[in-house]
Amino acid sequence: MAEADGKAQKDAGRGGGRLCCICQARKPALKRPKTLQQICRECFYAVFEAEIHEVIVENRLFKPGERIAIGASGGKDSTVLAYVLSELNQRHNYGLDLFLLSVDEGITGYRDDSLETVKRNEMQYGLPLKIVSYKDLYGWTMDEIVKMIGMKNNCTFCGVFRRQALDRGAAMLKVDKLATGHNADDIAETVLLNILRGDIARLSRCTSITTGEDGPIPRCKPFKYTYEKEIVIYPLTPISFYYYFSTECIYSPNAYRGFAREFIKDLERIRPRAILDIIRSGENFRISTSTRMPEQGTCERCGYISSQKWCKACVLLEGLNKGLPKLGIGRTRGPNAEPKQDQMPNGSRSMASKQCGTLDF
Amino acid sequence: MHLTLEFGGGLELLCDAVKIHDVHVEPPVGSEKMTMRDLLLWVQKNLIKERPEMFIKGDTVRPGVLVLVNDCDWELSGQLDTTLEEKDVVVFISTLHGG
Repeated sequence: MAEADGKAQKDAGRGGGRLCCICQARKPALKRPKTLQQICRECFYAVFEAEIHEVIVENRLFKPGERIAIGASGGKDSTVLAYVLSELNQRHNYGLDLFLLSVDEGITGYRDDSLETVKRNEMQYGLPLKIVSYKDLYGWTMDEIVKMIGMKNNCTFCGVFRRQALDRGAAMLKVDKLATGHNADDIAETVLLNILRGDIARLSRCTSITTGEDGPIPRCKPFKYTYEKEIVIYPLTPISFYYYFSTECIYSPNAYRGFAREFIKDLERIRPRAILDIIRSGENFRISTSTRMPEQGTCERCGYISSQKWCKACVLLEGLNKGLPKLGIGRTRGPNAEPKQDQMPNGSRSMASKQCGTLDF
Repeated sequence: MHLTLEFGGGLELLCDAVKIHDVHVEPPVGSEKMTMRDLLLWVQKNLIKERPEMFIKGDTVRPGVLVLVNDCDWELSGQLDTTLEEKDVVVFISTLHGG
């Protein structure tokens, strides 16, 4: 930083000599996408953390004494979330017991590296870490699954398995809630994708800050209104410097979501508020009560929540174990094939078109 | 002039997996100063070895790529028109993947 200080004088000229909108004392370091304010680093940390605290309080995300698992991938969002939640927990006496929960999909050269980051976070923030692996839960690693089924549809397996793995890990930790690092950009992107896919059920719940309150482990998104740009800038600092891992899954080209992402980023460049506006639009959709929603039951095989006889993970596993990996992809339903009354008419329960990479909504 | 360029968030993979590059860049012929516009052209030509579309879109960085000049958001210093000076540190970070 000494070097940056030495440059302060000449940079002042480049920034037009303006001062931070909040403190009116220091040189601004970034333009906030949410407000277009030009603010300095110190004010940025203060306002970034204060806004997340506000979201937590206003939406009553946590209750005193709760055990909370933070879904930790080693990526930027969950790393910053783990840091900010443990800071706020101490600063504002939330009275929470925090844990880190990671899923090891068994992807060599991808997840094993990012798990190293999570282990580092465990040391740095003193939060206990639990890692659940696909191998232990399902008997298959993603590497083995891809070897069997190829590069097509593998995101379906990974997405279904991850969702359930997080719930199972959360149950093992006996936590009351799972907090995930989904940020405002992620949510805007998902609103858009659900509109494009005509997925009414997901559209209506993807903007909820807390979901699954009727299920075993509710999930919440403290970063729902936090811009990705600010999450990326936040750790680039001397006061809370830590490492984060960032790379793309080697098995997930994720083209469709990628297009939506790029569109969101294009919009952000023209008008940064667009991200919050899309989230607001998503929240304001009124889903007609005549739209039939899947009824929740439990899987006959493993007991996990399911609207079908077998949960999606069990159907996919059955296919893998029997050497019929297409089972559960597209319209082949396997054990769920018998006509069921609660089935949606057009087979829209199929997961084949819902590659979500690392985003679970 | 000497500049330190840093690539992160996956962008380093486009330039031989090297994150930090100490480089020597001269302003374009007939110009006295060097701007970010000039630097982006130089980077594209000299450092980016693959998938340039991950870094550049049109005449500027792809949306979702964050640029900091001496720890300061380039949106404050005029983006492409930012004038660079000796020993400046320019950071490029992709925010496009990795949750």
